[in-house]
Amino acid sequence: MPLISEKELKASYDVIIVGSGAGGGQSAYTLTMNGVKVLLLEAGRNYDPLTETAMFQTPSSAPLRGISLEDKPFGFFDATVDGGWQVPDEPYTNASTEAENKFWWWRARMLGGRTNHWGRISLRNGPYDFKPYSRDGLGVDWPMSYQDVAPYYDKVEMLIGVYGSNEGLENTPDSPEGCLLPPPKARAGELYIKKHVAKLGIPVIPIHRAILSTKQDADNIPAKLHPGNPRAQGILAESMRQRAACFWATDCGRGCSIKANYQSTTVHLPPAMATGNLDILPNAMARAVTLDAHGKANGVSFIDKVTGREITAKARVVILAASSAESARILLNSKSAKFPDGLANSSGEVGKNIMDTVGASLGGQVPAFENLPIHNEDGAGDHVYVPWWLYKEQKAGKLGFARGYHIEFSTGRRMPNVGVAGPAKPGYGKSFKEDLRRTYGSFIGFSGRGEMIPNKDSFCDLDPTVKDKWGIPVLRFHWKFSDHELKQALHMHQTFAQMIEAIGGKVGGKPATDGAKAIKPGGFIIHEVGGAIMGADRKKSVTNQWNQCWDVPNLLINDGAPFCSNADKNPTLTIMALAWRACDHLIEEMRQGNL
Amino acid sequence: MPRRVALKWLAAAAAGMALAGRVDLAAAQVPTQSGKPIGTDPVLNKDYQPGELWPLLMTPAQRRAAAALADLIIPPEEGGRKPSQLAVHEFIDEWISSPYDQTAKDRPVVLAGLDFLDSEARKRHQVVFADLNAGQQAGIADALCGVTPTAPEYRPQVKFFDRFRHLTAGGYYTTPQGMKELGYVGNRPTPTFDGPTPEALKHLGLA
Repeated sequence: MPLISEKELKASYDVIIVGSGAGGGQSAYTLTMNGVKVLLLEAGRNYDPLTETAMFQTPSSAPLRGISLEDKPFGFFDATVDGGWQVPDEPYTNASTEAENKFWWWRARMLGGRTNHWGRISLRNGPYDFKPYSRDGLGVDWPMSYQDVAPYYDKVEMLIGVYGSNEGLENTPDSPEGCLLPPPKARAGELYIKKHVAKLGIPVIPIHRAILSTKQDADNIPAKLHPGNPRAQGILAESMRQRAACFWATDCGRGCSIKANYQSTTVHLPPAMATGNLDILPNAMARAVTLDAHGKANGVSFIDKVTGREITAKARVVILAASSAESARILLNSKSAKFPDGLANSSGEVGKNIMDTVGASLGGQVPAFENLPIHNEDGAGDHVYVPWWLYKEQKAGKLGFARGYHIEFSTGRRMPNVGVAGPAKPGYGKSFKEDLRRTYGSFIGFSGRGEMIPNKDSFCDLDPTVKDKWGIPVLRFHWKFSDHELKQALHMHQTFAQMIEAIGGKVGGKPATDGAKAIKPGGFIIHEVGGAIMGADRKKSVTNQWNQCWDVPNLLINDGAPFCSNADKNPTLTIMALAWRACDHLIEEMRQGNL
Repeated sequence: MPRRVALKWLAAAAAGMALAGRVDLAAAQVPTQSGKPIGTDPVLNKDYQPGELWPLLMTPAQRRAAAALADLIIPPEEGGRKPSQLAVHEFIDEWISSPYDQTAKDRPVVLAGLDFLDSEARKRHQVVFADLNAGQQAGIADALCGVTPTAPEYRPQVKFFDRFRHLTAGGYYTTPQGMKELGYVGNRPTPTFDGPTPEALKHLGLA
């Protein structure tokens, strides 16, 4: 994508957006399509999925067969550039040295951020998920309801392209006609598991993922998304026609050079650029939001990583979409006489209420899957999943933990990796080869993804001494799961063991008897949200329901930071829906001259 | 080399010497790697060859033994190429030579194991492992592969064999030929995803 250098910065913009991932990409899209002049600052380098994606490469063309390494944690071919739980030159710290009190912070420094590699799982929060406190007395209610957000879920699904089905299940919303693309067929193992876990009362249904199972309806969707705006309709129609339907091969986590899945760099940013209203400046590491004499935001100061110089860009409105923790960091680093504890922090809630997703996994081997007649099972990652199914039991207090989880699982004859020998029987030669051929494709893995309730022990602040390469103070994390999460993780393991048993499989390893042993570390699932929660009461929250900071109305936070809760539904779709909603509100406020 | 790796290797080497009595002490120096890790921004869509990113550390003799053992562990199908012809032993060399602890921890185990193969072959047949005939090679491999109980003093060599087998299979079945043999038929574009075949559904009792 043709980007600008710092020399080409304009004197002023309508809006500066910090971050180009799901929240920043959606914001840039919505604003520029409506004629707003935008500067987008990205801390990482430019990235072009059309030319850089490793489509069809096999492990034998990668160093070390493409295994997960500390500098490529999701494997060599993963799309992530300059990212991981550790990023060169950009440390963070933990207040505790105890493993269970440490938070792992994932970042990706590249255009499009984490949207280039994410799992594409796109589940709507349900009605319960916006009112968790009202339902069970824990956590915080959102200041709006599912009905308020639903139209934006509709729009985002139509824009980015999401496959899935409507099943009419509790707190698992259906989408209106025309929003979803058809789900791919279930694989052999997925059908087998569905049949055999039914006796446990566990439903297996098509999952929703941001992948084009068919081409989008470029003739009709643009008019639905941009009524009365023929120019935006034309640009979007052209962008949709540039995207091919999935051809059911090569991992989505590598990115997609045919634009069949959603990543900001192929779906949000190209049409935004086509409007002529967007400047993107890469390698721009935001330090702080700058203020005018009245305490209103008037720009962003950033380090140009190419020259090392600090520069300030000016705008009427600033949107932070740098990822929830990074946005909190920018607020905390934006200190002034008027805001000595960090910007927009009169409530003291900036950095508080950090949540990740509860994760636990268990695998096994299934004799029934041995020697399955050979066929192509690649498809597109997950095709089905188990939505949370115990709402009634939980409401009745029978489970001992307050919030639910969904189950993702992997089966099938997927591309072999270096671990293919796994637990093969001793031996070599012909017998070894036969053993591997027999068991290949018979291994399964279940992963739980559950809701964490915000708590007082999980937050971030600025480290009093440590700074990054550019002298910017870094975040220090404080972390603790409550019993709700630990018991939920234990329930996951017990359930997975029952499921593996129900399909006649052998559990690999031992199911945990202690939730603390089953649960993955905080940050490991990379669904961190919170840190600047929204609310109806400015004393208890950082933003209103339109992501606008109470203290600084022309400053918005359009990433996961305003989340009041972190439902088991993966956060990305909701980040986009809220960013779109916030930008619609912002445009109206700008039109009326309120900002 | 990290200290714990050095200690592990010393233990392995000591056990090897006790057995064969002819391990060359000169070979008992585990080489160190000065090459750099891959980094966070490598070019992704190109073919990498072993040795391209960091120098390979096996000696020519160790390389020959590795090729021979890989070919013994995974014999070719009719018309197929041997693991050594697919450079699987070079992948193993890349693996044990890497600047990453997680794979380099196999370096002392594998190098000492390869040296052991040659010393054991010399002891039994007066030539190196790669120059033995198939039956003679099998005679040594059978003692290490864990099918029959092994004497406790062979434990490091049994561990070596298990790791080497793991790496041979991992290297081989990730090549196009190996994938085909295993019955993996994906990684090709198709206009539709058709789901399981009738035969697969029948196999699972789902037809």
